[in-house]
Amino acid sequence: MLLTVQNLSVNNILSNINLTVDQNETVTIFGPSGSGKSTLLKALARLENHVSGEINLLDKPATSYPIGRYRQLVSYAVQSANLFGQTVRDNLDLPFNVRQKSIDEDLQKTMLAAVDLDLTFLDKQVADLSGGQRQRVAVLRNLIFPPKILLLDEITTGLDATTKQVVWHFINEEQSKHHFAILSVTHDQQEIQNAKKTLQVIGGNLDD
Amino acid sequence: MINKTVEISNLSLGLAFVMVVISLVISYQQKLGLEKETLISVARAIVQLIVVGYLLRFVFHVNNLVLTITMMAFILFNASYNGEKRARGISHSLRISFIALLLGGGTTMLLLVLTGAIKPVPWQLVPVTGMVMNNAMIAVGLVYRSLGQMYTDQKNQVFERLALGANPKEASGDIIKQAIKFGMQPTIDSIKTLGLVSLPGMMSGLIMAGVEPVLAIKYQIMVTFMILSSTALSSVYASYAAYKRFFDENWVLQLPKDK
Repeated sequence: MLLTVQNLSVNNILSNINLTVDQNETVTIFGPSGSGKSTLLKALARLENHVSGEINLLDKPATSYPIGRYRQLVSYAVQSANLFGQTVRDNLDLPFNVRQKSIDEDLQKTMLAAVDLDLTFLDKQVADLSGGQRQRVAVLRNLIFPPKILLLDEITTGLDATTKQVVWHFINEEQSKHHFAILSVTHDQQEIQNAKKTLQVIGGNLDD
Repeated sequence: MINKTVEISNLSLGLAFVMVVISLVISYQQKLGLEKETLISVARAIVQLIVVGYLLRFVFHVNNLVLTITMMAFILFNASYNGEKRARGISHSLRISFIALLLGGGTTMLLLVLTGAIKPVPWQLVPVTGMVMNNAMIAVGLVYRSLGQMYTDQKNQVFERLALGANPKEASGDIIKQAIKFGMQPTIDSIKTLGLVSLPGMMSGLIMAGVEPVLAIKYQIMVTFMILSSTALSSVYASYAAYKRFFDENWVLQLPKDK
């Protein structure tokens, strides 16, 4: 099993969550606002404090991985990304830097093209991007080096239909190549209807 | 060491208290509510300065190395303690301030003595320590304040980097460097206008006490150099040591609550 979660609780937000996720699987998570969906993803990425219970990645406890390495494997894509630094390049360089790898500009450009952003975007100022462009760059950061699990926190909220399609097409293509699992939190009715596997979070509890 | 001494009579000093009264009247008339604070701070300053004056006279008179070093250590500790007060909840800030000031101030003092710019005698070591530490303390305080401000303002960007597997240093982006710059900036700014706008306290004091202006300027140039080196070293250490305190052991950003 890729990921097993047992009795995961976070402060007063989540209580006793159990779930398993397999390679190549896509799980759509939905539920009312404030029910703890986002907290669940952050806890899985080890970005939350006051977490109890057990998370196992590839049959090893999450805590047995160095924290930085773990977050590279369980990659969390933030809701309404701000992006950091000055340019798009700063954002696409970081995945290389944290892995101490030399920067592959060709790969960066190929990835940009895959989400309909031409190569001039590499040196564009972050502040000059639209919300949709920003979100596409944000997801690229998670996928330049394919993770084991991709955690998507309402990443298509506020995007127009075409951009949504571009983003999902890209993610699905990458998944079919690299077989990572996806846990996607969404409010989008269409995404929920099309989902193969869904989890509903209500008041901090899972409701299959 | 001084060519001709200029005496301020107690009467003149007493009459100069009129200047305090001016500030009190302004506070009262403008309803600033600063009367009590002004009186307390003036009283404190007078008592502190009298005590320090006699203490310095004693230390200079005895001319004992241990006593001189104790006096310097006392200044270092006080400056560290004041640096900590400006840390607004950054953990271990007393230790960070102490090491930063010891490093910045200590290295500078050592260089001054080794180059022969000052002699290892109490009436040179003690006042110079005070000047060096005071500037380094202000710089360290500014480093703390700017770190706190930048981590608060940029918490989303820091979080995004952490989520991609960055360690605290990588997740901080430019923050560490910017904080060092904030710590050093006032020193550099004040140096730019030196002599044009500001006639620094030390130089003015020496000239008023009857020292040849050219000699006073030499000392002032030395003070400028030593303040530059002590603020630079202290700011660098404080920033690199304090940024780690904004993250817990799980590499999650922890903003200190304002005290």
